[in-house]
Amino acid sequence: MAGTVPMATGQSTTPRRSARKDSSVIKWVLVTAAGLVLLWLIVLPLAVVLTEALKRGWGVYVAAIRDPDALSALRLTLLVAAITVPLNTVFGVAAAWAITKFKFRGRQILVTLIDLPFAVSPVIGGLIYVLVYGSNGWFGPWLDERNISIIFAFPGILLATIFVTFPFVARELIPLMEDQGQQEEEAAVMLGARGFRIFWKVTLPNIKWGLLYGIVLCNARAMGEFGAVSVVSGHIRGETNTLPLHVEILYNEYQFSASFAVASLLLLLALVTLLLKGWFTRKSRH
Amino acid sequence: MHSSTTKRGVLPGFGLTMGYSVLYLSLVVLIPLSALLLNSTGLTWEKFWDIATDPRVLASYKVSFLTAAAAGLIDAVLGLLLAWVLVRYEFPGKGIFDAMIDLPFALPTAVAGVSLTAIYSANGWIGSLLEPLGLRIAFTPIGITLALMFIGIPFVVRTVQPVLQDLDAEVEEAAATLGASRLRTFRSVVLPELLPPLLTGFALAFARGIGEYGSVVFISGNMPMKTEIAPLLIMSKLEQFDYAGATAVALMLLLISFVLLLLINSLQRRIRKTAR
Repeated sequence: MAGTVPMATGQSTTPRRSARKDSSVIKWVLVTAAGLVLLWLIVLPLAVVLTEALKRGWGVYVAAIRDPDALSALRLTLLVAAITVPLNTVFGVAAAWAITKFKFRGRQILVTLIDLPFAVSPVIGGLIYVLVYGSNGWFGPWLDERNISIIFAFPGILLATIFVTFPFVARELIPLMEDQGQQEEEAAVMLGARGFRIFWKVTLPNIKWGLLYGIVLCNARAMGEFGAVSVVSGHIRGETNTLPLHVEILYNEYQFSASFAVASLLLLLALVTLLLKGWFTRKSRH
Repeated sequence: MHSSTTKRGVLPGFGLTMGYSVLYLSLVVLIPLSALLLNSTGLTWEKFWDIATDPRVLASYKVSFLTAAAAGLIDAVLGLLLAWVLVRYEFPGKGIFDAMIDLPFALPTAVAGVSLTAIYSANGWIGSLLEPLGLRIAFTPIGITLALMFIGIPFVVRTVQPVLQDLDAEVEEAAATLGASRLRTFRSVVLPELLPPLLTGFALAFARGIGEYGSVVFISGNMPMKTEIAPLLIMSKLEQFDYAGATAVALMLLLISFVLLLLINSLQRRIRKTAR
Protein backbone atom coordinates (compact mmCIF):
# COMPACT_ATOMS: atom_id res chain seq x y z
CA MET A 1 0.00 0.00 0.00
CA ALA A 2 1.49 3.29 -0.99
CA GLY A 3 0.68 6.49 0.72
CA THR A 4 -0.78 9.81 0.24
CA VAL A 5 -0.10 12.36 2.86
CA PRO A 6 -3.14 13.97 4.42
CA MET A 7 -3.26 17.66 3.71
CA ALA A 8 -3.77 18.95 7.19
CA THR A 9 -0.69 18.20 9.21
CA GLY A 10 1.64 19.77 11.66
CA GLN A 11 2.18 23.21 13.04
CA SER A 12 -0.89 23.66 15.12
CA THR A 13 -0.71 25.97 18.03
CA THR A 14 -2.03 23.94 20.89
CA PRO A 15 -3.25 26.16 23.66
CA ARG A 16 -0.69 26.32 26.40
CA ARG A 17 -2.26 25.06 29.52
CA SER A 18 -0.59 24.15 32.72
CA ALA A 19 -1.96 20.61 33.01
CA ARG A 20 -0.73 19.71 29.54
CA LYS A 21 2.66 21.23 30.01
CA ASP A 22 5.44 18.79 30.65
CA SER A 23 8.41 19.86 32.67
CA SER A 24 11.11 21.32 30.48
CA VAL A 25 13.45 18.42 31.28
CA ILE A 26 10.98 15.90 29.89
CA LYS A 27 10.32 18.16 26.93
CA TRP A 28 13.95 18.41 25.93
CA VAL A 29 14.63 14.73 26.52
CA LEU A 30 11.73 13.84 24.21
CA VAL A 31 12.63 16.44 21.59
CA THR A 32 16.24 15.24 21.55
CA ALA A 33 15.15 11.61 21.27
CA ALA A 34 12.79 12.46 18.42
CA GLY A 35 15.53 14.48 16.72
CA LEU A 36 17.90 11.52 16.91
CA VAL A 37 15.25 9.18 15.47
CA LEU A 38 14.69 11.60 12.60
CA LEU A 39 18.43 11.95 11.96
CA TRP A 40 18.97 8.21 11.99
CA LEU A 41 15.88 7.07 10.11
CA ILE A 42 15.42 9.81 7.51
CA VAL A 43 18.26 12.34 7.33
CA LEU A 44 21.06 9.75 7.27
CA PRO A 45 19.80 7.96 4.11
CA LEU A 46 19.46 11.36 2.44
CA ALA A 47 22.97 12.43 3.41
CA VAL A 48 24.47 9.13 2.26
CA VAL A 49 23.03 9.54 -1.25
CA LEU A 50 24.75 12.93 -1.59
CA THR A 51 28.11 11.93 -0.11
CA GLU A 52 28.29 8.67 -2.08
CA ALA A 53 27.37 10.51 -5.28
CA LEU A 54 30.18 13.03 -4.80
CA LYS A 55 32.71 10.60 -3.29
CA ARG A 56 34.80 10.33 -6.45
CA GLY A 57 34.53 13.98 -7.25
CA TRP A 58 32.47 16.29 -9.38
CA GLY A 59 33.87 14.91 -12.65
CA VAL A 60 32.58 11.39 -12.05
CA TYR A 61 29.24 12.83 -10.92
CA VAL A 62 28.74 14.89 -14.05
CA ALA A 63 29.93 12.07 -16.30
CA ALA A 64 27.42 9.67 -14.74
CA ILE A 65 24.55 12.05 -15.35
CA ARG A 66 25.63 13.01 -18.86
CA ASP A 67 26.07 9.38 -19.86
CA PRO A 68 23.82 8.67 -22.90
CA ASP A 69 22.08 5.77 -21.11
CA ALA A 70 21.35 7.97 -18.10
CA LEU A 71 19.99 10.73 -20.34
CA SER A 72 17.76 8.34 -22.24
CA ALA A 73 16.50 6.94 -18.92
CA LEU A 74 15.75 10.50 -17.82
CA ARG A 75 13.88 11.18 -21.06
CA LEU A 76 11.83 8.00 -20.67
CA THR A 77 11.00 8.82 -17.04
CA LEU A 78 9.89 12.35 -17.96
CA LEU A 79 7.82 11.07 -20.88
CA VAL A 80 6.07 8.42 -18.76
CA ALA A 81 5.23 11.02 -16.10
CA ALA A 82 4.09 13.54 -18.74
CA ILE A 83 1.48 11.07 -20.00
CA THR A 84 0.56 9.43 -16.68
CA VAL A 85 -0.06 12.55 -14.62
CA PRO A 86 -2.59 14.26 -16.94
CA LEU A 87 -4.51 11.00 -17.47
CA ASN A 88 -4.80 10.28 -13.75
CA THR A 89 -5.60 13.94 -13.04
CA VAL A 90 -8.54 13.96 -15.47
CA PHE A 91 -9.74 10.71 -13.95
CA GLY A 92 -9.29 12.03 -10.40
CA VAL A 93 -11.33 15.16 -11.09
CA ALA A 94 -14.08 13.25 -12.91
CA ALA A 95 -14.31 10.58 -10.21
CA ALA A 96 -14.32 13.13 -7.39
CA TRP A 97 -17.08 15.12 -9.15
CA ALA A 98 -19.28 12.04 -9.62
CA ILE A 99 -18.66 10.77 -6.09
CA THR A 100 -18.99 14.01 -4.12
CA LYS A 101 -21.65 15.96 -6.03
CA PHE A 102 -24.16 13.13 -6.46
CA LYS A 103 -25.71 10.43 -4.33
CA PHE A 104 -25.95 6.99 -5.89
CA ARG A 105 -25.86 3.36 -4.87
CA GLY A 106 -22.45 1.75 -4.75
CA ARG A 107 -20.73 5.03 -4.00
CA GLN A 108 -18.67 3.57 -1.17
CA ILE A 109 -17.72 0.56 -3.29
CA LEU A 110 -16.45 2.89 -5.99
CA VAL A 111 -14.29 4.75 -3.46
CA THR A 112 -12.84 1.45 -2.22
CA LEU A 113 -12.14 0.23 -5.76
CA ILE A 114 -10.27 3.44 -6.55
CA ASP A 115 -7.96 2.73 -3.61
CA LEU A 116 -7.20 -0.81 -4.78
CA PRO A 117 -3.84 -0.06 -6.44
CA PHE A 118 -2.53 1.14 -3.05
CA ALA A 119 -3.46 -2.18 -1.45
CA VAL A 120 -1.60 -4.25 -4.02
CA SER A 121 2.14 -4.87 -4.08
CA PRO A 122 3.74 -2.94 -6.97
CA VAL A 123 5.23 -6.22 -8.20
CA ILE A 124 1.70 -7.62 -8.50
CA GLY A 125 0.75 -4.38 -10.27
CA GLY A 126 3.31 -5.26 -12.94
CA LEU A 127 2.40 -8.95 -12.98
CA ILE A 128 -1.24 -8.34 -13.89
CA TYR A 129 -0.25 -6.46 -17.05
CA VAL A 130 2.04 -9.35 -18.01
CA LEU A 131 -0.94 -11.68 -17.59
CA VAL A 132 -3.06 -9.50 -19.86
CA TYR A 133 -0.62 -8.30 -22.52
CA GLY A 134 2.39 -10.67 -22.22
CA SER A 135 2.99 -13.18 -25.01
CA ASN A 136 1.27 -15.88 -22.92
CA GLY A 137 -1.40 -13.50 -21.72
CA TRP A 138 -5.00 -12.84 -22.74
CA PHE A 139 -4.21 -10.56 -25.67
CA GLY A 140 -0.67 -11.91 -26.24
CA PRO A 141 -1.30 -13.98 -29.40
CA TRP A 142 -3.46 -11.24 -30.93
CA LEU A 143 -0.77 -8.61 -30.27
CA ASP A 144 2.02 -10.90 -31.50
CA GLU A 145 0.26 -11.41 -34.82
CA ARG A 146 0.18 -7.67 -35.31
CA ASN A 147 3.73 -7.17 -34.10
CA ILE A 148 2.67 -4.91 -31.25
CA SER A 149 4.74 -5.22 -28.11
CA ILE A 150 3.40 -3.87 -24.85
CA ILE A 151 5.31 -5.86 -22.26
CA PHE A 152 9.07 -5.18 -22.25
CA ALA A 153 8.31 -1.99 -24.18
CA PHE A 154 7.18 1.58 -23.57
CA PRO A 155 3.39 0.90 -23.40
CA GLY A 156 3.91 -1.65 -20.61
CA ILE A 157 5.98 0.79 -18.54
CA LEU A 158 3.32 3.42 -19.06
CA LEU A 159 0.44 1.11 -18.08
CA ALA A 160 2.20 -0.13 -14.93
CA THR A 161 2.96 3.46 -13.90
CA ILE A 162 -0.63 4.54 -14.50
CA PHE A 163 -1.77 1.64 -12.32
CA VAL A 164 0.41 2.42 -9.29
CA THR A 165 -0.31 6.17 -9.40
CA PHE A 166 -4.00 5.72 -10.20
CA PRO A 167 -5.55 6.78 -6.83
CA PHE A 168 -3.38 9.80 -5.94
CA VAL A 169 -5.41 12.71 -7.37
CA ALA A 170 -8.84 11.17 -6.73
CA ARG A 171 -7.92 10.37 -3.15
CA GLU A 172 -6.79 13.92 -2.45
CA LEU A 173 -9.89 15.50 -4.02
CA ILE A 174 -12.69 13.29 -2.68
CA PRO A 175 -12.49 14.32 1.02
CA LEU A 176 -11.83 17.94 0.02
CA MET A 177 -14.85 18.22 -2.28
CA GLU A 178 -17.01 16.30 0.18
CA ASP A 179 -16.32 18.93 2.85
CA GLN A 180 -17.23 21.71 0.47
CA GLY A 181 -20.64 20.27 -0.36
CA GLN A 182 -22.53 21.34 -3.46
CA GLN A 183 -24.30 24.54 -2.43
CA GLU A 184 -21.99 26.89 -4.31
CA GLU A 185 -22.32 24.85 -7.49
CA GLU A 186 -26.10 24.70 -7.11
CA ALA A 187 -26.22 28.47 -6.72
CA ALA A 188 -24.21 28.78 -9.94
CA VAL A 189 -26.76 26.59 -11.73
CA MET A 190 -29.56 28.82 -10.46
CA LEU A 191 -27.71 31.81 -11.84
CA GLY A 192 -27.66 30.11 -15.21
CA ALA A 193 -24.11 28.80 -15.41
CA ARG A 194 -23.60 25.51 -17.18
CA GLY A 195 -21.46 22.40 -17.06
CA PHE A 196 -17.80 23.00 -17.42
CA ARG A 197 -18.07 26.68 -16.52
CA ILE A 198 -19.37 25.78 -13.06
CA PHE A 199 -16.40 23.54 -12.48
CA TRP A 200 -13.95 26.10 -13.80
CA LYS A 201 -15.31 29.16 -11.99
CA VAL A 202 -16.81 27.72 -8.80
CA THR A 203 -15.30 24.35 -7.93
CA LEU A 204 -11.72 24.72 -9.15
CA PRO A 205 -10.83 27.82 -7.10
CA ASN A 206 -11.92 25.92 -3.98
CA ILE A 207 -9.93 22.78 -4.66
CA LYS A 208 -6.94 24.12 -6.54
CA TRP A 209 -4.29 23.65 -3.84
CA GLY A 210 -5.49 20.16 -2.99
CA LEU A 211 -5.53 19.31 -6.68
CA LEU A 212 -1.98 20.60 -7.18
CA TYR A 213 -0.90 18.62 -4.15
CA GLY A 214 -2.39 15.42 -5.57
CA ILE A 215 -0.70 16.09 -8.91
CA VAL A 216 2.70 16.60 -7.29
CA LEU A 217 2.40 13.34 -5.32
CA CYS A 218 1.23 11.49 -8.42
CA ASN A 219 4.19 12.88 -10.34
CA ALA A 220 6.73 11.89 -7.66
CA ARG A 221 5.48 8.34 -7.65
CA ALA A 222 5.26 8.19 -11.46
CA MET A 223 8.89 9.23 -11.79
CA GLY A 224 10.09 7.06 -8.93
CA GLU A 225 8.15 3.81 -9.39
CA PHE A 226 10.44 0.81 -9.33
CA GLY A 227 8.75 -2.54 -8.58
CA ALA A 228 5.89 -2.45 -11.09
CA VAL A 229 8.04 -0.96 -13.84
CA SER A 230 10.79 -3.46 -13.14
CA VAL A 231 8.41 -6.34 -13.94
CA VAL A 232 7.32 -5.00 -17.33
CA SER A 233 10.39 -3.14 -18.53
CA GLY A 234 12.72 -5.86 -19.76
CA HIS A 235 15.65 -3.61 -18.71
CA ILE A 236 16.84 -2.74 -22.19
CA ARG A 237 19.43 -0.01 -21.81
CA GLY A 238 18.77 3.15 -23.73
CA GLU A 239 15.26 1.90 -24.53
CA THR A 240 13.12 0.65 -21.65
CA ASN A 241 15.23 1.81 -18.74
CA THR A 242 13.74 4.41 -16.44
CA LEU A 243 15.83 6.45 -13.97
CA PRO A 244 15.08 4.21 -10.95
CA LEU A 245 15.92 1.12 -13.02
CA HIS A 246 19.13 2.82 -14.15
CA VAL A 247 20.09 3.29 -10.49
CA GLU A 248 19.68 -0.45 -10.01
CA ILE A 249 21.66 -1.44 -13.11
CA LEU A 250 24.62 0.76 -12.18
CA TYR A 251 24.48 -0.47 -8.59
CA ASN A 252 24.51 -4.12 -9.64
CA GLU A 253 27.51 -3.37 -11.87
CA TYR A 254 29.34 -1.99 -8.81
CA GLN A 255 29.44 1.50 -10.34
CA PHE A 256 28.38 2.89 -6.98
CA SER A 257 29.31 6.54 -7.52
CA ALA A 258 27.46 6.64 -10.84
CA SER A 259 24.49 4.86 -9.29
CA PHE A 260 24.28 7.37 -6.45
CA ALA A 261 24.76 10.27 -8.86
CA VAL A 262 21.63 9.18 -10.74
CA ALA A 263 19.93 8.50 -7.41
CA SER A 264 20.69 12.08 -6.34
CA LEU A 265 18.56 13.34 -9.25
CA LEU A 266 15.64 11.36 -7.85
CA LEU A 267 16.42 12.65 -4.36
CA LEU A 268 16.20 16.17 -5.77
CA LEU A 269 12.77 15.27 -7.17
CA ALA A 270 11.70 14.11 -3.69
CA LEU A 271 12.94 17.31 -2.02
CA VAL A 272 11.18 19.52 -4.58
CA THR A 273 8.02 17.48 -3.98
CA LEU A 274 8.26 18.12 -0.22
CA LEU A 275 8.85 21.84 -0.77
CA LEU A 276 5.82 22.11 -3.04
CA LYS A 277 3.78 20.06 -0.59
CA GLY A 278 4.59 22.52 2.20
CA TRP A 279 3.79 25.47 -0.02
CA PHE A 280 0.40 24.07 -1.15
CA THR A 281 -0.52 23.13 2.42
CA ARG A 282 0.20 26.67 3.64
CA LYS A 283 -1.72 28.18 0.71
CA SER A 284 -4.74 25.97 1.32
CA ARG A 285 -4.99 27.20 4.91
CA HIS A 286 -5.30 30.84 3.95
CA MET B 1 -33.48 11.38 -18.59
CA HIS B 2 -35.01 14.49 -17.15
CA SER B 3 -36.53 12.75 -14.14
CA SER B 4 -33.18 11.17 -13.22
CA THR B 5 -31.38 14.50 -13.25
CA THR B 6 -33.96 16.13 -10.99
CA LYS B 7 -33.76 13.19 -8.61
CA ARG B 8 -29.98 13.52 -8.42
CA GLY B 9 -30.08 17.26 -7.90
CA VAL B 10 -29.54 20.15 -10.22
CA LEU B 11 -25.83 19.74 -10.92
CA PRO B 12 -24.81 18.62 -14.40
CA GLY B 13 -22.27 16.07 -15.50
CA PHE B 14 -23.19 12.94 -13.58
CA GLY B 15 -23.47 10.71 -16.63
CA LEU B 16 -20.25 11.93 -18.19
CA THR B 17 -18.02 11.89 -15.10
CA MET B 18 -19.47 8.64 -13.74
CA GLY B 19 -19.24 6.91 -17.11
CA TYR B 20 -15.68 8.03 -17.66
CA SER B 21 -14.61 7.09 -14.11
CA VAL B 22 -16.02 3.59 -14.36
CA LEU B 23 -14.58 3.05 -17.84
CA TYR B 24 -11.09 4.22 -16.83
CA LEU B 25 -11.22 2.27 -13.56
CA SER B 26 -12.18 -0.88 -15.45
CA LEU B 27 -9.48 -0.51 -18.09
CA VAL B 28 -6.64 0.36 -15.74
CA VAL B 29 -7.47 -1.55 -12.57
CA LEU B 30 -10.38 -3.98 -12.67
CA ILE B 31 -9.76 -5.85 -15.91
CA PRO B 32 -6.01 -6.35 -15.33
CA LEU B 33 -6.61 -7.40 -11.70
CA SER B 34 -9.26 -9.86 -12.83
CA ALA B 35 -6.57 -11.58 -14.92
CA LEU B 36 -5.02 -12.59 -11.62
CA LEU B 37 -8.30 -13.82 -10.15
CA LEU B 38 -9.74 -15.41 -13.28
CA ASN B 39 -6.74 -17.62 -13.55
CA SER B 40 -5.43 -16.74 -16.97
CA THR B 41 -2.49 -19.13 -16.66
CA GLY B 42 -4.49 -22.36 -16.45
CA LEU B 43 -3.58 -23.01 -12.85
CA THR B 44 -5.32 -26.02 -11.27
CA TRP B 45 -6.18 -26.17 -7.55
CA GLU B 46 -3.66 -28.93 -7.07
CA LYS B 47 -0.89 -26.99 -8.74
CA PHE B 48 -1.85 -23.84 -6.85
CA TRP B 49 -1.61 -25.70 -3.56
CA ASP B 50 1.73 -27.30 -4.52
CA ILE B 51 3.24 -23.91 -5.34
CA ALA B 52 1.70 -22.06 -2.42
CA THR B 53 2.97 -24.62 0.12
CA ASP B 54 6.43 -25.10 -1.38
CA PRO B 55 8.99 -24.62 1.45
CA ARG B 56 10.76 -21.78 -0.36
CA VAL B 57 7.46 -19.99 -0.94
CA LEU B 58 6.36 -20.50 2.67
CA ALA B 59 9.73 -19.19 3.87
CA SER B 60 9.30 -16.06 1.74
CA TYR B 61 5.86 -15.38 3.27
CA LYS B 62 7.35 -15.81 6.71
CA VAL B 63 10.16 -13.33 5.98
CA SER B 64 7.74 -10.82 4.46
CA PHE B 65 5.15 -10.96 7.24
CA LEU B 66 7.56 -11.08 10.17
CA THR B 67 9.76 -8.22 8.98
CA ALA B 68 6.72 -6.11 8.02
CA ALA B 69 5.13 -6.74 11.44
CA ALA B 70 8.36 -5.95 13.32
CA ALA B 71 8.87 -2.77 11.28
CA GLY B 72 5.25 -1.72 11.86
CA LEU B 73 5.54 -2.23 15.62
CA ILE B 74 8.80 -0.29 15.94
CA ASP B 75 7.34 2.43 13.72
CA ALA B 76 4.29 2.64 16.00
CA VAL B 77 6.53 3.41 19.00
CA LEU B 78 8.89 5.79 17.17
CA GLY B 79 6.01 7.39 15.27
CA LEU B 80 4.18 8.12 18.52
CA LEU B 81 7.29 9.87 19.84
CA LEU B 82 7.67 11.95 16.65
CA ALA B 83 3.98 12.88 16.54
CA TRP B 84 3.94 13.77 20.25
CA VAL B 85 6.93 16.07 19.95
CA LEU B 86 5.53 17.73 16.82
CA VAL B 87 2.10 18.39 18.34
CA ARG B 88 2.96 19.21 21.94
CA TYR B 89 6.21 21.15 21.88
CA GLU B 90 7.64 24.21 20.22
CA PHE B 91 11.31 24.01 19.26
CA PRO B 92 13.61 25.51 16.65
CA GLY B 93 13.52 23.78 13.24
CA LYS B 94 10.10 22.29 13.85
CA GLY B 95 8.86 23.17 10.35
CA ILE B 96 11.70 21.32 8.63
CA PHE B 97 11.35 18.47 11.11
CA ASP B 98 7.69 18.12 10.20
CA ALA B 99 8.37 18.30 6.46
CA MET B 100 11.13 15.68 6.59
CA ILE B 101 8.72 13.06 7.98
CA ASP B 102 7.20 12.80 4.48
CA LEU B 103 10.51 12.08 2.74
CA PRO B 104 9.85 8.31 2.57
CA PHE B 105 6.58 9.05 0.70
CA ALA B 106 8.35 11.20 -1.87
CA LEU B 107 11.66 9.36 -2.27
CA PRO B 108 11.75 6.65 -4.96
CA THR B 109 12.09 3.29 -3.22
CA ALA B 110 15.14 2.24 -5.24
CA VAL B 111 17.02 5.29 -3.93
CA ALA B 112 16.12 4.36 -0.36
CA GLY B 113 17.24 0.81 -1.09
CA VAL B 114 20.74 1.64 -2.35
CA SER B 115 21.21 4.28 0.33
CA LEU B 116 20.25 2.01 3.24
CA THR B 117 22.48 -0.73 1.86
CA ALA B 118 25.38 1.72 1.74
CA ILE B 119 24.75 2.63 5.39
CA TYR B 120 24.46 -0.87 6.81
CA SER B 121 26.79 -2.97 4.64
CA ALA B 122 30.05 -4.11 6.25
CA ASN B 123 31.97 -1.05 5.04
CA GLY B 124 29.11 1.42 5.44
CA TRP B 125 28.67 4.25 7.94
CA ILE B 126 26.84 2.20 10.56
CA GLY B 127 27.64 -1.27 9.27
CA SER B 128 31.37 -0.74 9.80
CA LEU B 129 30.75 0.21 13.44
CA LEU B 130 28.68 -2.90 14.11
CA GLU B 131 30.76 -5.40 12.13
CA PRO B 132 33.51 -5.68 14.83
CA LEU B 133 30.76 -6.45 17.37
CA GLY B 134 29.71 -9.38 15.22
CA LEU B 135 26.40 -7.75 14.33
CA ARG B 136 25.44 -7.90 10.67
CA ILE B 137 22.51 -5.89 9.38
CA ALA B 138 22.72 -5.80 5.59
CA PHE B 139 21.66 -9.09 3.98
CA THR B 140 19.83 -10.23 7.13
CA PRO B 141 16.17 -9.89 8.21
CA ILE B 142 17.27 -6.94 10.40
CA GLY B 143 18.24 -5.05 7.25
CA ILE B 144 14.87 -5.80 5.66
CA THR B 145 13.14 -4.57 8.83
CA LEU B 146 15.14 -1.33 8.78
CA ALA B 147 14.18 -0.67 5.16
CA LEU B 148 10.50 -1.29 5.95
CA MET B 149 10.76 0.99 9.01
CA PHE B 150 11.95 3.79 6.72
CA ILE B 151 9.05 3.19 4.31
CA GLY B 152 6.44 2.90 7.08
CA ILE B 153 7.25 5.69 9.56
CA PRO B 154 5.24 8.49 7.87
CA PHE B 155 2.08 6.36 7.93
CA VAL B 156 2.16 6.21 11.74
CA VAL B 157 3.09 9.86 12.30
CA ARG B 158 0.46 11.16 9.87
CA THR B 159 -2.36 9.09 11.37
CA VAL B 160 -1.50 9.83 15.02
CA GLN B 161 -0.75 13.55 14.55
CA PRO B 162 -4.27 14.84 13.74
CA VAL B 163 -5.87 12.79 16.53
CA LEU B 164 -3.35 14.07 19.06
CA GLN B 165 -4.02 17.60 17.87
CA ASP B 166 -7.77 17.28 18.38
CA LEU B 167 -7.46 15.61 21.76
CA ASP B 168 -9.57 17.40 24.33
CA ALA B 169 -7.37 19.31 26.76
CA GLU B 170 -10.03 19.22 29.46
CA VAL B 171 -9.77 15.48 30.05
CA GLU B 172 -6.07 15.76 30.75
CA GLU B 173 -6.67 18.76 32.97
CA ALA B 174 -9.35 16.92 34.90
CA ALA B 175 -7.00 14.01 35.45
CA ALA B 176 -4.31 16.38 36.68
CA THR B 177 -6.75 18.16 38.97
CA LEU B 178 -7.72 14.83 40.45
CA GLY B 179 -4.07 14.37 41.35
CA ALA B 180 -2.95 11.96 38.62
CA SER B 181 0.72 12.17 37.77
CA ARG B 182 1.71 13.19 34.24
CA LEU B 183 2.76 9.62 33.43
CA ARG B 184 -0.45 8.18 34.82
CA THR B 185 -2.52 10.72 32.86
CA PHE B 186 -0.67 9.73 29.71
CA ARG B 187 -1.17 6.02 30.33
CA SER B 188 -4.79 6.04 31.32
CA VAL B 189 -6.19 9.10 29.52
CA VAL B 190 -4.10 9.91 26.46
CA LEU B 191 -2.88 6.50 25.33
CA PRO B 192 -6.35 4.88 25.03
CA GLU B 193 -7.39 7.72 22.72
CA LEU B 194 -4.30 7.19 20.60
CA LEU B 195 -4.66 3.44 20.33
CA PRO B 196 -7.00 3.43 17.29
CA PRO B 197 -4.82 5.77 15.18
CA LEU B 198 -1.71 3.87 16.30
CA LEU B 199 -3.31 0.65 15.13
CA THR B 200 -4.33 2.24 11.83
CA GLY B 201 -0.81 3.55 11.35
CA PHE B 202 0.59 0.14 12.15
CA ALA B 203 -1.81 -1.53 9.70
CA LEU B 204 -0.90 0.90 6.90
CA ALA B 205 2.84 0.47 7.50
CA PHE B 206 2.43 -3.30 7.79
CA ALA B 207 0.39 -3.61 4.60
CA ARG B 208 2.82 -1.42 2.71
CA GLY B 209 5.73 -3.45 4.09
CA ILE B 210 4.32 -6.77 2.88
CA GLY B 211 4.17 -5.56 -0.70
CA GLU B 212 7.31 -3.44 -0.65
CA TYR B 213 9.97 -4.30 -3.20
CA GLY B 214 12.31 -1.47 -4.22
CA SER B 215 13.75 -0.51 -0.86
CA VAL B 216 14.21 -4.13 0.21
CA VAL B 217 15.83 -5.93 -2.75
CA PHE B 218 19.16 -4.21 -2.29
CA ILE B 219 19.58 -4.66 1.45
CA SER B 220 18.02 -8.13 1.75
CA GLY B 221 20.66 -10.11 -0.17
CA ASN B 222 17.82 -12.25 -1.52
CA MET B 223 18.93 -15.59 -0.11
CA PRO B 224 16.20 -18.23 -0.63
CA MET B 225 14.75 -19.51 2.66
CA LYS B 226 16.46 -16.72 4.62
CA THR B 227 16.07 -13.22 3.26
CA GLU B 228 13.92 -13.73 0.18
CA ILE B 229 10.69 -11.69 0.42
CA ALA B 230 7.47 -12.77 -1.31
CA PRO B 231 7.38 -9.94 -3.91
CA LEU B 232 10.93 -10.88 -4.94
CA LEU B 233 9.90 -14.50 -5.35
CA ILE B 234 7.10 -13.35 -7.70
CA MET B 235 9.73 -11.41 -9.63
CA SER B 236 12.13 -14.35 -9.94
CA LYS B 237 9.35 -16.70 -11.03
CA LEU B 238 8.45 -14.17 -13.73
CA GLU B 239 12.05 -13.98 -14.85
CA GLN B 240 11.95 -17.74 -15.38
CA PHE B 241 8.69 -17.29 -17.34
CA ASP B 242 6.87 -19.33 -14.67
CA TYR B 243 3.64 -17.32 -14.95
CA ALA B 244 1.51 -19.89 -13.14
CA GLY B 245 3.96 -19.91 -10.21
CA ALA B 246 4.06 -16.12 -10.04
CA THR B 247 0.25 -15.97 -10.12
CA ALA B 248 -0.06 -18.54 -7.32
CA VAL B 249 2.38 -16.72 -5.03
CA ALA B 250 0.72 -13.37 -5.79
CA LEU B 251 -2.80 -14.68 -5.14
CA MET B 252 -1.75 -16.19 -1.83
CA LEU B 253 0.02 -12.97 -0.81
CA LEU B 254 -3.07 -10.90 -1.65
CA LEU B 255 -5.31 -13.32 0.21
CA ILE B 256 -3.24 -13.36 3.42
CA SER B 257 -2.78 -9.60 3.53
CA PHE B 258 -6.49 -9.12 2.90
CA VAL B 259 -7.40 -11.42 5.82
CA LEU B 260 -4.86 -9.72 8.10
CA LEU B 261 -6.25 -6.29 7.31
CA LEU B 262 -9.79 -7.50 8.00
CA LEU B 263 -8.59 -8.78 11.38
CA ILE B 264 -6.90 -5.49 12.20
CA ASN B 265 -10.02 -3.57 11.15
CA SER B 266 -12.29 -5.61 13.41
CA LEU B 267 -9.81 -5.29 16.27
CA GLN B 268 -9.91 -1.55 15.74
CA ARG B 269 -13.70 -1.48 15.88
CA ARG B 270 -13.56 -3.36 19.18
CA ILE B 271 -11.06 -0.88 20.63
CA ARG B 272 -13.30 2.01 19.57
CA LYS B 273 -16.28 0.39 21.25
CA THR B 274 -14.53 -0.23 24.57
CA ALA B 275 -13.07 3.27 24.47
CA ARG B 276 -16.58 4.71 24.42
